[in-house]
Amino acid sequence: MVLKISRFMADAILEQSRQEYPDECCGVILGPLGSDDAARHKPMVNSAHSPTFYEFDSKDLLALYREADDNDEEIVVVYHSHTETEAYPSRTDISYASEPNAHYVLVSTRKEIAPATEFRSYRIIDGVVTEEEVAFI
Amino acid sequence: MSSTVAGNVEVRIPTILRPYTNNEKVVSAAGTDLQSVISSLDLNYPGLAERLLENGQLRRFINVYINDEDVRFMGALTAPIKDGDSVTILPAVAGGSM
Repeated sequence: MVLKISRFMADAILEQSRQEYPDECCGVILGPLGSDDAARHKPMVNSAHSPTFYEFDSKDLLALYREADDNDEEIVVVYHSHTETEAYPSRTDISYASEPNAHYVLVSTRKEIAPATEFRSYRIIDGVVTEEEVAFI
Repeated sequence: MSSTVAGNVEVRIPTILRPYTNNEKVVSAAGTDLQSVISSLDLNYPGLAERLLENGQLRRFINVYINDEDVRFMGALTAPIKDGDSVTILPAVAGGSM
């Protein structure tokens, strides 16, 4: 598996991570149903407002799924940032992952590696994490 | 009248739980409150209730809505259901470095 994503969108996600520092940032990329095409970036509010946890607000979550349904879209990418740790799924990330068809993207903008950043993608299915290649297009 | 007809509400099932519903995205269920709707779902789709409940409460990472309202603000499992209501189940999108 490979995630194909535009450099522009990836940069926007990294920028969101810096903007919302020290809190984790989060969001999705939607695409036409069944296309696996990361087409439409939609930043979401981290209702936990926390440097170690993120959660989509429950009303925003319902609105997001309604909007996707209305547009014949699905969630292609679910992303969030780790602001102090590596861009690898934590135990919390794994236990909450519930979109078997989504690419789970983690970015890290932690200081130790600045100005470098990490942008990594995973499948998380039934608690099993598989890293996949990211192709910037 | 306390009786309900079979299938008085529609329930939208998230992708991750569709293996329980023969991949149906929308199923019908019956009940007068969320608890009885979940029991009716589990009768038709065994195992589904277990994925929604823990120690008799809604699981923390499962969001349930009646029409547009999160049931946590409507009494959770005791939230009343009317004929024709639409119930939506969505797993929380959450995580973190913790």
